[in-house]
Amino acid sequence: MLQLKVNGQPRQVDVAPDTPLLWVLRDTLQLTGTKYACGQALCGACVVHVDGVPARACLTPVSAVAGREITTIEAAHQSRVGRAVQAAWRKLDVVQCGYCQSGQIMSAIALLGRQRKPTDSDIDDALSANLCRCATYQRIRAAIHEAARSLA
Amino acid sequence: MVNTKIANASRRSFLQGAAGLTLGFCLPAIAAPAGAGKAAAPAGQPFEANAFLRIGTDDSVTVIAKHLEMGQGSYTGLATILAEELDADWQTVRLEGAPADASRYNNLFWGASQGTGGSTAMANSWDQLRAAGAAGRAMLVNAAARRWQVPAGEITVRDGIVSHRRSKRQARFGELAADAAREAVPASVVLKEAKDFRLIGKQAPRKDSVDKTNGQAQFTQDIQLPGMLVAVVAHPPRFGATVRGFDASAARRVRNVVDVVQIPSGVAVLASDTWSAKKGRDALQVDWDESRSFKLGSEEIVARYREMAKSPGLVARRVGNTEQAFAGAARIVRATYDFPYLAHAAMEPMNCVIRLSERGCEVWNGEQMATADQSRLAAIFGLTPEQVRINMLYAGGSFGRRANTHSDYVVEAAQIVKAIGGKAPVKLVWMREDDMRAGYYRPLFHHALEAALDAGGQLTGWRHRLVGQSILLGSPFESMMVKDGIDAVSVEGAANLPYAIPNLLVDLHTPKDIDVPVLWWRSVGSSHTAYSTEVFLDQVARAAGKDPVAWRLELLADHPRHRGVLRLAAEKSGWGTRLPAGVKGTRRGRGVAVHESFHSYVAQVAEVTVAADGTVKVDRVVCAVDCGIAINPDNIRSQIEGAVGFALSAALHGEITLKEGAVVEGNFDTYRPIRIGEMPRLEVHIVPSTAKPTGVGEPGVPPLAPAVANAIGAATGKYPDRLPFRAEDLRA
Repeated sequence: MLQLKVNGQPRQVDVAPDTPLLWVLRDTLQLTGTKYACGQALCGACVVHVDGVPARACLTPVSAVAGREITTIEAAHQSRVGRAVQAAWRKLDVVQCGYCQSGQIMSAIALLGRQRKPTDSDIDDALSANLCRCATYQRIRAAIHEAARSLA
Repeated sequence: MVNTKIANASRRSFLQGAAGLTLGFCLPAIAAPAGAGKAAAPAGQPFEANAFLRIGTDDSVTVIAKHLEMGQGSYTGLATILAEELDADWQTVRLEGAPADASRYNNLFWGASQGTGGSTAMANSWDQLRAAGAAGRAMLVNAAARRWQVPAGEITVRDGIVSHRRSKRQARFGELAADAAREAVPASVVLKEAKDFRLIGKQAPRKDSVDKTNGQAQFTQDIQLPGMLVAVVAHPPRFGATVRGFDASAARRVRNVVDVVQIPSGVAVLASDTWSAKKGRDALQVDWDESRSFKLGSEEIVARYREMAKSPGLVARRVGNTEQAFAGAARIVRATYDFPYLAHAAMEPMNCVIRLSERGCEVWNGEQMATADQSRLAAIFGLTPEQVRINMLYAGGSFGRRANTHSDYVVEAAQIVKAIGGKAPVKLVWMREDDMRAGYYRPLFHHALEAALDAGGQLTGWRHRLVGQSILLGSPFESMMVKDGIDAVSVEGAANLPYAIPNLLVDLHTPKDIDVPVLWWRSVGSSHTAYSTEVFLDQVARAAGKDPVAWRLELLADHPRHRGVLRLAAEKSGWGTRLPAGVKGTRRGRGVAVHESFHSYVAQVAEVTVAADGTVKVDRVVCAVDCGIAINPDNIRSQIEGAVGFALSAALHGEITLKEGAVVEGNFDTYRPIRIGEMPRLEVHIVPSTAKPTGVGEPGVPPLAPAVANAIGAATGKYPDRLPFRAEDLRA
């Protein structure tokens, strides 16, 4: 049994310790907002926060995050920055297929958490690990600026 | 494809009303609701006006979407069309995926087939959903008129409220829903004039934005059913290989693995969770019979196609006499272009959930070809199609992949369920590598072009030869779209070249011994024909000393919509002005391309910087689009933006390579979509139009790569003749 803390709640899971956090979230805890798309930390669809820092859940063994604060898209609205980012995404209708957007949003929240007025190039750096096959990138940039304005 | 149903004059009549031209519809054009024909609904029940509309007593307006939402905004667009004529309150409108039922939900451009593709969702639904919304509105009005004892003609509707001004009465949709359900379905309806639109042409926010930003949107990947097993499959290393035998002992030792079964497409490992199924699959030892597998590499295929291009193919289009034109030419320009296989690589790898019960089979899928998949599943399980119930989910991208002519991954899921005797619901999950290597690629193509110029620099002849596999041969669409050996989608964009050239010949070789599965990939034939035709035209323009925009406008004299987008893109991009120089050592250029696909017209002007080492950076792309009436302008912009990024991924990086028949690329490290830093600054301008709406999901793709290539040509004098662009071809 492993003790996890997910979105502020203590959770006990009975899984092999090498199981990636991604599959524990999705299959064991039914938190399916975090997505599988590459399994090799190449696309960022599985980005969650571990102690506030973005992490790729697909290559993070669950045993490595026992006892640490894990935050997923399902709890994004619990922070002021998270709400601002979600509101900006909705205002600008960023999404298309939507499959990568949980990861994009979690990366954006982490960026705005450490940098309140990012430039385009800050955004390109911070979001460079997140692929969007629909190529919503222009709106992602605009939405992060929009969220930054609303937080100012 | 051609819309026959709506164009059929017997299905509609034009009525000259006092306020101008209005449309009267015969309502048989609107499919009947589920259970139609039964007695009037009892009070308190929701009002099912027709197959596309349900109004609840709680004021909710549910639009039944017959098309898949795979990112293109189809749900929002379908709702906008219907809600406009219904005069609904946009806030109360919600979407529900339609069940598989071609009698009510067929794509009107596809005959008796239900499906989404070819950028047809808005175009084929336009008349249908306007009529559906207007019929619902009329029934609400009639119900109010009866209740208030006032003339229906005095009643107005706005934002979900039905009002009678003179008697100062009003009611919400929900208050009238039960009564409206008892009203007769009107025999004809009057549609709004464009000037009265309140949603169409404005900016109805996407209906899926909230669920796709809080993790709640349901994709196939997210489905969990009681007792469900997850299946991960070992697929053959080459196309055509089969299982000779396998050793599952190590796979069965993996915790949570419950079964290992052989299926026609490989060996499936079933476990109670995804990770265990994948570990089990990776632990399998499979002995593959490769005696009939396909073993050519991409290089050999290209060499073979180049050889084939030396002899004439089947004629796809002939105008005038090209032999004469070339014999009398003052100058002949020649070029060839090579296009690789491309994977769709949607972010959500292919997957499907199937549960078998005594009553039939239930499917969860981002379903792009509902009735074709339904028929195949019925055949596998020995059921009638009606016993196969499909639950429509969002698809995490598709770009054509989920509209599979052979239902490949859906059939694979069914074969697994069958192999375990239906004892548990199964979610088939393809890992990224499975998805990337499963085939059904945009076909590899070789193009060879020649142009004849006379002494005055006039374009007198054009020969275009294409070599590439057919998508439609052997598919259910063959009888409809392959004529005299010519697959319409192999030559679309080439055979209908719009330029005024007096002598033109387009011919095609369709190799039939290349066993790589191929499929439509966002914009299909235009994904390569727009490149070869538009880049070659620029090369010829350069030879003839013509300006690429001015010359195109001259050659497009009879094509006003091509001209419209070309002019707009040129104007907004500052065509003809000087492009600021880049940093020392770089070369900059501006290029243009225009292309019609799916009855929409798009022109793009790209600005690029080519570094000394030959790497290309696209700085800015200005797009102009004419897709008829703009239902949701912001969604049109969004689609063109996305199409530019999708097409740029292919132009800069996209290539599926075969080595001795095996697919080299497996994940996003080697098959690289662009990342955010590679996304150019984009502007999208929409040409105002009163024509019926046409597609926007695909038409933004074709012009991008040629516009960029033409910008590279302007910057360097070199026009890339193979895709993706290679730095070594463009070094200073």
